[in-house]
Amino acid sequence: MNSTVPMLSCHGLALTVPGRTLCRDVAFDVRAGECWIVVGPNGAGKSTLLRTLAGLRPPAAGTIALDGEPIANFAPRRRAQRLGFLPQDTFDAFPATALEMALGGRHPHVRRWHPESAEDVRRAHEALAAVGMGEAAMRDVQTLSGGERRRVALATLLAQDTAVLLLDEPTNHLDVAHEVRSLQLLANLARDRGRAVVMALHDLTLAARHATNVVLMGCDKVEAGKAVDLLSAERLSALYGQALVAVAHPRGTAFLPV
Amino acid sequence: MHRIPHWIVLAALALAAVAAFALALTAGSVDIGLPTVARALWAPDDDAGAAVVRELRLPRAVAAFAVGGLLALAGTLMQVLLRNPLADPYVLGLSGGAACGALAALLAGAAALVTPAAFAGALVSTLVVFGLARGEGAWAPTRLLLTGVVVATGWGALIMLILTTAPEAQVRGMLFWLIGDLSGATRGGPGLLALAGVLIVAMFLARDATLLARGDTTAASLGVPVRRITLALHALAAFATAVAVTLAGSVGFVGLVIPHAVRLVIGNDQRWLMPAAVLAGGALLMLADTLARTLVAPAQLPVGVLTAVVGVPLFLWLLRRSAS
Repeated sequence: MNSTVPMLSCHGLALTVPGRTLCRDVAFDVRAGECWIVVGPNGAGKSTLLRTLAGLRPPAAGTIALDGEPIANFAPRRRAQRLGFLPQDTFDAFPATALEMALGGRHPHVRRWHPESAEDVRRAHEALAAVGMGEAAMRDVQTLSGGERRRVALATLLAQDTAVLLLDEPTNHLDVAHEVRSLQLLANLARDRGRAVVMALHDLTLAARHATNVVLMGCDKVEAGKAVDLLSAERLSALYGQALVAVAHPRGTAFLPV
Repeated sequence: MHRIPHWIVLAALALAAVAAFALALTAGSVDIGLPTVARALWAPDDDAGAAVVRELRLPRAVAAFAVGGLLALAGTLMQVLLRNPLADPYVLGLSGGAACGALAALLAGAAALVTPAAFAGALVSTLVVFGLARGEGAWAPTRLLLTGVVVATGWGALIMLILTTAPEAQVRGMLFWLIGDLSGATRGGPGLLALAGVLIVAMFLARDATLLARGDTTAASLGVPVRRITLALHALAAFATAVAVTLAGSVGFVGLVIPHAVRLVIGNDQRWLMPAAVLAGGALLMLADTLARTLVAPAQLPVGVLTAVVGVPLFLWLLRRSAS
């Protein structure tokens, strides 16, 4: 892959939902090794942005490119081999084991009429182990807690093994220990394995710890750029309409509401 | 979760289907031994027993298997599509449309037109429900479900109207048709062919269907062409149900109970669930129809009564079990 071509990029992007324009003229490039974190108040359009970037809904205007090619040109299967998306909510109306759920992530890599290979099963187990669900592989997901189900959903995305990972609030329902571990895992995927990660998060302290780049998604304007330039108490206070102070600590910066 | 290996479940269900088939051919107003049945199937002679097997029991048993398999498969598909384990093949009002068509043909005295009229009714109902429920590009399960329920109620009113205005002599035949009855099945071939066709196409889409059960967004992000697959599965389910209803009337509960019960044993992987549901549904309806012929012989019960009598308590028990 030519390193000058961004893995995922958008230009002149406008997003609308019925009756409202969320943003217009948004542009940024996501390159290998970068961890982008989207922050902003409820209803600003973080989920809509992620779903649009994932190619699951068309933008009102603008283009999105995956590996330099318009994402609309990708057939679903080929897109899913390159780009994975973890929605904010996943649901399981039917019984299935955690292993079966994680194996679903191998779907774009398994050919029609072919069963999953031993290698696919190994990767699914590996993904479950990575989120601390290795012991629960044969448990029915309907008997798992909300946080455990969230980790199984994350394992499904890991098993999909894509170059670009989009995640909508991946730490929903997670306890603090798993929240920290999951984000570290995702940040490592970007830093050490050259993946491109884009995720929406509400925890600003953890966002500050892991983000290389951020998208500040406000109700009237959207800014995208380097985390060091944009993640300041002043900008975040204005973004949320809530006064925040930055508290420096050797392990990172915390944002406290005042 | 401890599961019996999938292939053992499938083999056991296949054995059950063979046993139900053997029972359907041997049991009846005249008891015919297995050797005679075997001779009738493989080396037909002029024996009276052989004629009964070949001309009466064999087509009826095959039709029962086909109808049971079609309904169970359609139920499996509807449960995935509506993401609701309580959906059944009739949930979108298909049986009501078929029944209206069939009853109207009976009322008009055109008995020969009952089959095409039933099929046309099912088709009209499907188109009406999908046309009305369509909005914003996709068919949301909840809107489809509500539209289906309301349209089914409309068909119900029409059926009542036909029943109350029909001459007394015709009402009995109409009732049998409404409850579901296989006594008119004289050919097993067409149903079996439809079942094989639907199952093959459905198996082709089985992995996509499994992912579809996790929701449109998750399925799409895993590379499933959601709109195309949803449309194809709806068409398959509607066709399977229309064929089943046309062959045997509205046999109830097979399409609801079988997918649900089989799923408890084999899980929701559609590659296994679909063939397992077909075998279980086929076996159950062959068994139920044999009982319908023999319980109060020489009179015959409509098989739909039996499936309901067995299905209601079974389903309630399954519900209680899954709640605890």
